[in-house]
Amino acid sequence: MALLEVDDLSVTFARRGQRAVRAVDGVSFSVDAGEVVGLVGESGCGKSVTSLAIMGLLPKQPGLRVGGKAVFDGSDLLQLDDRSRRDIRGRDIAMIFQDPLSSLNPVIPIGLQVTEVLTRHRGMRGDAAAKEAAQLLDRVGIPDPKRRLKEYPHQLSGGMRQRALIAMAVACQPRLLIADEPTTALDVTIQAQILELLKDLVRDSGTALVMITHDLGVVAGMCDSINVLYGGRVVETARRRPLFREPRHPYTVGLLGSVPRLDAGRGERLNPIPGSVRDLLPWPDGCAFAPRCTRRVDACVGEPPQLVLAHDGRSYRCVNPAPVPGLRPTEEIRETVPGEAEPGTVPAQAVPGDAPAVPGLGPAPSEEETP
Amino acid sequence: MTGTDVLVEVRDLKVHFPIKRGVLFDRTIGHVKAVDGVDLRIPRGQTYGLVGESGCGKSTLGRALLQLTPPTTGEVNFDGVELTTLPAGKLRAMRRRMQMIFQDPMSSLDPRQNVESILTEGLHTHGIGGNRDERRKIIAETLDKVGLPRWALSRYPHEFSGGQRQRIGIARALVLGPELIVADEPVSALDVSIQAQVINLLDELQDSLGLTYLVIAHDLAVVRHISDIVGVMYLGGLVEEAPSDRLYTEPLHPYTRALMSAVPVPDPDVEDRRERILLAGDLPSPANPPSGCRFHTRCPWAQPTRCADERPVLREVGESRVACHFAEQIASGELRPHQVQVQIVRPEGEGEEPDVVSAPSEPGSFV
Repeated sequence: MALLEVDDLSVTFARRGQRAVRAVDGVSFSVDAGEVVGLVGESGCGKSVTSLAIMGLLPKQPGLRVGGKAVFDGSDLLQLDDRSRRDIRGRDIAMIFQDPLSSLNPVIPIGLQVTEVLTRHRGMRGDAAAKEAAQLLDRVGIPDPKRRLKEYPHQLSGGMRQRALIAMAVACQPRLLIADEPTTALDVTIQAQILELLKDLVRDSGTALVMITHDLGVVAGMCDSINVLYGGRVVETARRRPLFREPRHPYTVGLLGSVPRLDAGRGERLNPIPGSVRDLLPWPDGCAFAPRCTRRVDACVGEPPQLVLAHDGRSYRCVNPAPVPGLRPTEEIRETVPGEAEPGTVPAQAVPGDAPAVPGLGPAPSEEETP
Repeated sequence: MTGTDVLVEVRDLKVHFPIKRGVLFDRTIGHVKAVDGVDLRIPRGQTYGLVGESGCGKSTLGRALLQLTPPTTGEVNFDGVELTTLPAGKLRAMRRRMQMIFQDPMSSLDPRQNVESILTEGLHTHGIGGNRDERRKIIAETLDKVGLPRWALSRYPHEFSGGQRQRIGIARALVLGPELIVADEPVSALDVSIQAQVINLLDELQDSLGLTYLVIAHDLAVVRHISDIVGVMYLGGLVEEAPSDRLYTEPLHPYTRALMSAVPVPDPDVEDRRERILLAGDLPSPANPPSGCRFHTRCPWAQPTRCADERPVLREVGESRVACHFAEQIASGELRPHQVQVQIVRPEGEGEEPDVVSAPSEPGSFV
């Protein structure tokens, strides 16, 4: 039994006078204790909304609908009432956000913000709490922690703020940590420090980590298994090495081909994905990636592609996946899960009011094409 | 690098911003040394990449080069013309030959101007194209070059996606037929798949138009990909400059080494094998930079002699120029890295020590 089992999670935002936006559309993944799982995708693919839905942090508004299940340690997080959810949040599941300055309270000293967690969940007060807070800051590598406790967020540098945020997240030794783009706002040398710190925390305490990022390099160094998201759905799941060595979904192939690499030569042409993230097909009409896909075939449009379960926990949602040398296409498939989609909704990246791309027309875009 | 046709030459460029304090009288109490003595040359038709972390002065250097921020001292020589002493009118005429591409395509395009008006404005200013038809022709050609459709002319910036907006920004720079383009973080606001399109476009334009680029970016992989020469900046100064391939295969300066080792590579095998040089602490404040070598407070190879009291100058080592007293000894492995104590660094403008905070003693009572 996995620690966190997300099953068919969907998040829909209804809008007046427009088609409902389905930001997350049947996302399933699981996280084992001590495992690092990556959710990778470009802006608007639903990776952050997924994490907010699991944490129950989405703003409660009339148009919001959350479906599916997120079972953590036997209880479905989506069914819990606010009170029991608050008990779990911060104690068993904690979250690290992207921008440390806007997720820390600017008018309250760091120390108070750290001890707040300790008071709420561990019942510590006064000197004991302050002492524990200083130890936490020390553990995440903040020098002179006793003095830091009295300082305000603006007095710390970006890297130190992110460390303080991590200290708050690990204060109760949570079993699951969700990090939403934890290093995107930071410089590379500071990013390396923070990633190293997260790795140490996972190794030392056996905490499971869900890493949400757009940076394939970060994923390659950190994650045990990776889910690639596009248009609100997981399009490919694989362990770390197979994903980078033999990507199957054309979107994963495209992402890997379009990242400039430090160890590649000058002037090697990149292979960008044609079009932009806004050129997508609503899932009920076929594969959302079809308008940009270089391996598009007729079967891509009409109905959503099935989820193909391959060996070693790999799965992908594609009818014409990139070939793997030495493997006949039919050999690897174990099972397929039909992809269902709710008609009448559009993925979050689609431009509101825009007519969806006409499916099935024209040849697949060539790699040279630009919008 | 001698003997090649140099388009831009920068000598001992300094940009210092005063720090003012006081209510009645603005007293200048210090300077932020954003750029502090930079020499560089950009050969015609090549790309010079400038990398460094935020706050190292790379953007200020780019702006000072175009005289958008007046330099404090130093010389900027563009194709034989000294820009720092040029009268305003002549400088404006020179601007036709040097253009800039900005980071954020949304905030650098006027939301109330349509694309045609954005592109015509520069032509008007410089009196290019005698009449409307001629200008239309120039604009149409430019749109083709950057891969935008003709119908884009009557649209407004908000109607385009991020990548297309950046293409409009590039078209605006190109329409005047410049020789030098300063691109300040041209792709960092874009999604990965769109980044690649824009990088390829910049490459193609250079091939077809013979442009010279100064590309400023924090992403080393991007800079490596498009640059012929790369300069690494730290706290207002160049610490190393080398041909792109050489910089990546044989980084000489300890800071360059640390930067290289910190960049994540999308390949698990590379990631598992490599050794990380983790730098301790943060970038020191440019208002109060460390004495001697600016990097000695974080340098794992810092030596008790020279590093703390003598500022190294750029000197040639092989094909590279490097500002480190001990570059050869570090490269040969004679000097070994050691542990560095973290020194606390305050964000800019927050130089004062924190006072005792009048915080409520009981956690939770602030609510």
